[in-house]
Amino acid sequence: MNLLLNKNNSANNGEEDLRLFGETFREVRGWPKAIGGKFISGVGYIGGSCILLAQTVFWSFAGPLKRRHTLDQMSKIGVNSLPIVLMISLFTGMVLALQSAYQMQKMSAEMYIASLVSLSITRELGPVLTALIIAGRVGASITAELGTMKVTEQIDALEALATNPVRYLVVPRFLALTFMLPLLTIYADITGIFGGYVVGVFKLGISSNMYWRMAYDPLIFKDIFTGLIKSFAFGMIIAVVACFQGLNTEGGAEGVGRATTLAVVVSFIMIIAADCFFTALFYFVYTV
Amino acid sequence: MIEIINLCKSFEDHLVLDNLNLNIQKGETMVIIGRSGCGKSVMLKHIIGIMKPDSGQVFVDGLDMTRLNYKELNDSRMKFGMLFQGAALFDSLSIGENVGFALYEHTNLSRSQIGKRIKECLEHVGLSGIENLKPAELSGGMRKRVGLARAIAVNPEIIMYDEPTTGVDPIMGDAVNELIVELHDKLNITSIAVTHDMISAYKIADRIAMLYEGKIIEVGTPDEIKNTKNPIVKQFTTGAATGPITDKKNLLD
Repeated sequence: MNLLLNKNNSANNGEEDLRLFGETFREVRGWPKAIGGKFISGVGYIGGSCILLAQTVFWSFAGPLKRRHTLDQMSKIGVNSLPIVLMISLFTGMVLALQSAYQMQKMSAEMYIASLVSLSITRELGPVLTALIIAGRVGASITAELGTMKVTEQIDALEALATNPVRYLVVPRFLALTFMLPLLTIYADITGIFGGYVVGVFKLGISSNMYWRMAYDPLIFKDIFTGLIKSFAFGMIIAVVACFQGLNTEGGAEGVGRATTLAVVVSFIMIIAADCFFTALFYFVYTV
Repeated sequence: MIEIINLCKSFEDHLVLDNLNLNIQKGETMVIIGRSGCGKSVMLKHIIGIMKPDSGQVFVDGLDMTRLNYKELNDSRMKFGMLFQGAALFDSLSIGENVGFALYEHTNLSRSQIGKRIKECLEHVGLSGIENLKPAELSGGMRKRVGLARAIAVNPEIIMYDEPTTGVDPIMGDAVNELIVELHDKLNITSIAVTHDMISAYKIADRIAMLYEGKIIEVGTPDEIKNTKNPIVKQFTTGAATGPITDKKNLLD
């Protein structure tokens, strides 16, 4: 009897093992498909964005420009973003001055805080922070707007009315972002340096003249120029990513939410990656 | 006037249009009926060239819409007016700018001429004096009528209606039906309407075609469709919960 039970048990165990093996095998077999699928969709994303960029550049030059729309977008993107950009760059400049004061005071080198602030703001923090703010504020709203237009068939309606959505919707936003972001960056640079001034002069006791001299002296054309080139590129990145996500939105309100989140995340990553690329590029260009 | 030949379209693994063939004569009102999600709107979007087929051709006045270049395609699109399911009015523009959109974009008419045409079109659909409102301020039925005004603004030869009576109350639905019949009678416009509202279909159609599993399974006059022998078409037109359509798969699948 015992022998019989054992035999049954071992038979059951065998079946169980076989079933588990089958499940694991099926799961493992699914991996290449999942990895391949992700790879293909990744390549599709990059390809789609590049095609959109090419179409946008083409339509920016071909055919008459939608002047009213472009000015509207410039006002929405540039003028309306100015307060938040000024506020954040002011605080950044102040924080930068305070943080560096810890070390500089130990060496009695407070006056170099001005140089530190002006260089780091113009080269790096001004362009990058402004781009991140605009990606969050404007990029998200572009994706949400175009995404809603897509899911409510307004993009199809544009095409049915013989109007190219890239020319009508993407080009004005692209031009506005590409030209307004460097302008905003200039404002951010000035305000950031002023933030450092507030802390330096009123808290750390650097004289006003000294601060401006120490902030201005080490600045060379290259510092400002490379910062602005970066922000020009960041503007393009935000516009293309936000419009691409918007125009490819699917799945109603939930889809719009997903596309908006993705647009901001992808823009952030691309901005930082492009920043790294440009910084390395300028490093080699100017040192070799 | 419109000839669809062996049109196929699939989304990922799902085959929506499967060798679809259909002829639409000049000046007739063709109503396409079929269950929700069976590909009726997809078919309309292929006719106007918004979607590209996997294979097959769509001829409009002898031109293959699937192979036209950008400019030719846009020229052909000016022959069309299209009423979308949710009206698809542009939120950022006023009602007047919506109705006159194609005129502002593609014609050299003066602003006053366009303004006059906008007024005419809005009066035609029973709405006047709302040029300066925004689409968000209108009710669903009004939006639909503005969508119709936008569709007729360019004096199209062909109008396509995507579920013209869905989402409006029965009285307004009938008013929309009357409007479609009137446009057809007065201006001899070719109309293609997609619907699953059989009352509307019988009222406006010269011919009715049923789309089922990606194919047109029957074409006929409203009377022929009413007295059809095809059990699938019969189940659909009578709206029976049991029959060959639902036997195949659970209704709630």
